[in-house]
Amino acid sequence: MRAFDYARAQTPADAIGTDARIIAGGTNLLDLMKLQVETPERLIDINHVGLDQVERDGDGLRIGALVRNSDLAAHPAVRQDWPLLSRALLAGASPQLRNRASTGGNLMQRTRCYYFYDLDAPCNKRVPGSGCGAIGGVNRIHAILGASEHCIATYPGDMAVALSALDAVVEVEGPDGRREIPATAFHRLPGDRPDLDNELQPGEMILSVRLPAPLGGRQIYRKVRDRRSYAFALVSVAAAVTMQGGRMDRVRLAFGGVAHKPWRVPAAEQMLAGQAPSAELFDRAAAAVLEGARGQGHNDFKIPLLRRTLAAVLAEAVQESA
Amino acid sequence: MDVTLTVNGTPHVLNLEDPRVSLLDALRQRLDLTGTKKGCDHGQCGACTVIVNGRRINSCMTLAVMHDGDEITTIEGIGTPGDLAPLQQAFIRHDGFQCGYCTPGQIMSATAMLEEVRQGWPSQMTGDLGRPELTDDEIRERMSGNICRCSCYPNIVDAIRDAAGRTGGTAA
Ligand SMILES: Cc1cc2nc3c(=O)[nH]c(=O)nc-3n(C[C@H](O)[C@H](O)[C@H](O)COP(=O)(O)OP(=O)(O)OC[C@H]3O[C@@H](n4cnc5c(N)ncnc54)[C@H](O)[C@@H]3O)c2cc1C
Ligand code: SF4
Ligand code: FES
Ligand code: FES
Repeated sequence: MRAFDYARAQTPADAIGTDARIIAGGTNLLDLMKLQVETPERLIDINHVGLDQVERDGDGLRIGALVRNSDLAAHPAVRQDWPLLSRALLAGASPQLRNRASTGGNLMQRTRCYYFYDLDAPCNKRVPGSGCGAIGGVNRIHAILGASEHCIATYPGDMAVALSALDAVVEVEGPDGRREIPATAFHRLPGDRPDLDNELQPGEMILSVRLPAPLGGRQIYRKVRDRRSYAFALVSVAAAVTMQGGRMDRVRLAFGGVAHKPWRVPAAEQMLAGQAPSAELFDRAAAAVLEGARGQGHNDFKIPLLRRTLAAVLAEAVQESA
Repeated sequence: MDVTLTVNGTPHVLNLEDPRVSLLDALRQRLDLTGTKKGCDHGQCGACTVIVNGRRINSCMTLAVMHDGDEITTIEGIGTPGDLAPLQQAFIRHDGFQCGYCTPGQIMSATAMLEEVRQGWPSQMTGDLGRPELTDDEIRERMSGNICRCSCYPNIVDAIRDAAGRTGGTAA
């Protein structure tokens, strides 16, 4: 690890507008610092600033940035009314990691791939302009949607996929005050700036995440991966579906493991809303989600995998909430 | 910066002018508590699992300087050769190890895991997110953060099930 200065913030203000790098659980930042992929000169520890409560916010919920993934997943209100969020959290990492991983840090974990970790490999995300080891390399875990000629990495988180489907809002504060960023717009596509994973600006800090009123219905998080637990998603599907008179009513879908950000396609949701479920309809919805999808060679399988996973999830959702 | 770590009930003041010391390295190299193992040093294997303020965490993925005032329990703190904890006894009874390298982490993880179950935390295997029961699938899922290169998994599951049964669900 490169040498760094360490300071402890007492309040969020101590961490806002500084050039020090925030450290929360440390489970992503220290991993990268040990490999010198990240080399911050100053760390500011926000573990003692508060922001560790889950509170009612009208019909919704406000989740502090320091609420741990394990506490959030076990929270009675989340289990009851936003089960999609509990399920996505419980599908991520390991119990030990979830005990440290914070809500803010989880959102901010780097979008990455194995070449990003390898200092000897070219990577536009780590060293802008150096090239991309994954394009033309081994790219089984990489993006099929929204990739660019500069980077084909996928955002690896699970929680943010559920937050996107649930229309959550990220509340941030910077030197110029507070602002809100919809979860669906928090992460960005690589374009020609793959070094930027998300819309948080230097000096800004995540204070909380707000969930709107519960959607109800059947909520499923299906994560397909190389082993059943403790592995990143190859494809994941977050779904919340309500039924009315045998027809799908409200449908929310988001996809993980397929792009540089959680992927949401409102047109596919609208195609399903108000319709009676059928395999043929599910297939058309999948085609809408996959519009513009392109494999990179080793990850071509993700295209049919997404189609089949979506069909399986929808079949389960409409059956049990009918 | 001076930092006080209370390890297995004993406070230790560490001078951490250079903050580049993981909690794991502080335990092993400054306090000579070498029961906690370093496997991957990247949060991937669970060999370094300790309990901090009642929660199991990977001690390799946190800085010692972040734990001023915290209560830390390591494998040295849950039993002694003459007075082993129920989980330690169960691992011996069921042959829950071969080389033993992952074992301290397995036992610390299982200790906290049984408490999580007692508190009703759901896992990925808890279908309705309600009160979990300690089925073998639940044990496997909840222990998935601890890798065993000798692949003693079946015996580890047996040991945990047995210890939980003997102590009414907790390891204490
Ligand atoms: C072996 C392993 C397996 C994993 N598997 C999964 C998985 O399957 N699914 C999954 O979703 N994740 C997985 N993870 C990632 C894990 O979830 C993240 O490392 C964790 O959520 C990061 O949270 P943290 O609090 O530890 O962040 P830190 O490491 O403390 O910080 C991460 C980044 O966030 C910034 N940051 C933290 N808090 C704030 C804030 N409030 N405002 C602004 N910036 C902030 C930091 O500056 C840093 O850049 C895995 C990690 C490991 C090591
Ligand atoms: S896909 Fe992105 S992160 Fe991976 S090597 Fe290419 S530029 Fe780097
Ligand atoms: S040494 Fe900490 S998880 Fe492997
Ligand atoms: S007993 Fe050898 S690694 Fe588990």
